Amino acid sequence: MSKREEVKLVNVPSPNFIPERDMGKPLVLEASHLGIDFGGLRAVDEFNIAIGATEICGLIGPNGAGKTTIFNLLTKVYEPTRGMILLDGKDTHNMKPAQVCEAGIARTFQNIRLFDKLTVEENVKIGMHNHIHYGTATGVFRLPKYWSEERRAHEYALELLNIFGMADLAGEQAGSLPYGAQRRLEIVRALATQPKLLLLDEPAAGMNPSETEDLMNNIRKIRDDFQIAIMLIEHDMKLVMGICESIVVLNFGKIIAKGTPSQIQNDPKVIEAYLGTRKEEQ
Amino acid sequence: MKLLSKLTKNGYQNYIIVILFFAVFQILSSTGHISNSLKGQLVPIVVYVIMALSLNLVVGISGELSLGHAGFMSVGAFTGIIVSATLQNSIPNGSIRLVFAIVIGAVFAGVIGFLISVPVLRLNGDYLAIVTLAFGEIIKNLLNITYVGLDSKGLHLSTKDIASMNMKPDGITILNGPMGALGTVKISTFFSGIVLLLLVLIVIQNLVASRCGRAIMALRDNRIAGEACGLSATKYKMIAFVTSAAIAGSAGALYGLNYSTLVPKKFDFNTSILILVFVVLGGIGNMTGSIIAAALLTVLPEMLRTFRDYRMLVYAIVLILVMIVTNNEKARDALTGLLRRFRKKSVKEGTANE
Repeated sequence: MSKREEVKLVNVPSPNFIPERDMGKPLVLEASHLGIDFGGLRAVDEFNIAIGATEICGLIGPNGAGKTTIFNLLTKVYEPTRGMILLDGKDTHNMKPAQVCEAGIARTFQNIRLFDKLTVEENVKIGMHNHIHYGTATGVFRLPKYWSEERRAHEYALELLNIFGMADLAGEQAGSLPYGAQRRLEIVRALATQPKLLLLDEPAAGMNPSETEDLMNNIRKIRDDFQIAIMLIEHDMKLVMGICESIVVLNFGKIIAKGTPSQIQNDPKVIEAYLGTRKEEQ
Repeated sequence: MKLLSKLTKNGYQNYIIVILFFAVFQILSSTGHISNSLKGQLVPIVVYVIMALSLNLVVGISGELSLGHAGFMSVGAFTGIIVSATLQNSIPNGSIRLVFAIVIGAVFAGVIGFLISVPVLRLNGDYLAIVTLAFGEIIKNLLNITYVGLDSKGLHLSTKDIASMNMKPDGITILNGPMGALGTVKISTFFSGIVLLLLVLIVIQNLVASRCGRAIMALRDNRIAGEACGLSATKYKMIAFVTSAAIAGSAGALYGLNYSTLVPKKFDFNTSILILVFVVLGGIGNMTGSIIAAALLTVLPEMLRTFRDYRMLVYAIVLILVMIVTNNEKARDALTGLLRRFRKKSVKEGTANE
């Protein structure tokens, strides 16, 4: 038997793209042919995306297009019917939401989901849960490790809260915060899990223009300081066009356009999805 | 004022309440100021306070309704009785034997709690509550057919009758099926109960204030968000459930060794509900409330003896009134208004008399 000759394989061109500066770094997320059916309804179909290590990516589309469903697929709230999700090169097949979080995806929710009865600081500490290292028995008997770890957690929680200038609210009950502060707290809590990819579901919903402006700066600052990728769903076009480096447009569960903000703004399919087709004048 | 808020934040007030309660009753009983019937109630009060705290860990902190808590209590009680009877000759000192009985009772109840939690924690809400109810009844019925005897060769177990245990003539029966435990040596004391209560308080309050307790409460407030933060829902709900079962078992052992006879029927659905009533009246998730409600409501039926046949009727009315007043804002306002008017009136009368 003759020995098989080794063949050198090279990358095939991929339909996906990432920012140039992230070339050479591993992709934070790669989803291919992702899809889910609810009964007979194809909620999402053929969703392909790649996200670079420090990319800010926007996911937009009309109401009911399936944007939040995609977040739920990526975080395994739903198990996809078809396709594959690679998170930092790891297949997330059969992972539970908690494992996906440990693997590096953190998210916020469209309808805020805080731990209402706990304090702001405790909310952040729950985000840090898997990075606080002491067991149940150590906690019950208050061994030295409990004190040192809790002190470290307390300091880091305040540091994170300070990104949004919320350190003075640390002792407040999370449910009693004003709406905007609750949205910001959710982002802080997600950051506390030390993610590689942060998913923000309508972070600017219900915010006034000046708050949105602050949020934009903060999202950019988070990306720069933590060197993570951010994917966001948002209806506020000023925010999306202002900070996103790439945009994916979704309609009826399918991607209709992908590209830079200026490409998206001039794409006829996008204009059609948002504004409808013009009736031919007779 | 600042000191007070710091105390309540760390739950230290509960230790103070328990120690004060102990001191007051110890002084009263040593000076002979409390009736014998109340004296006999001291250990049960402590037991029910521990039971309420343990159930509050599941209902208040973990947010799952459990209706079978008396089952864990009975496992602890009968395990404790068997342990105490077995060790009677080797360890004559009652207090040391009690420690063994409580620890082994807690471990057994914890193991049963773990076995039950595997199927139960796959469910949510009402379904979970109903299944815990069923398991509570199953434990009671299993104990109803359990015969345990002790002779020179060791422990004998049967599920049929005393004869089928094949004991030597010198053997004694510890558990006699539906008749329960007979001839138990009473080794529980008020002091040992208070020590256990303080230990339980330390365990629960430290657990709640730790990383694990935070996770349990987070999953109660929002399960989806908790899982998105990397918490394993099953693991933390199980920790709460098993800890609670073990604590209930320790309380059960203390309870079982406080009476010379004890039947499995004592730990039926009504007892589970009684404990739940303590938790709900004290405020779900409120440990101080549980302590006070359990203590007051355990002695209340004794206090109401003057009403004779209408005793339980008055008890029910008191429960309803407390529930309305604590949970209804309008009723609370009406009551405080009434009290204020009453006070004004008495002040007026007082001045008129002068």
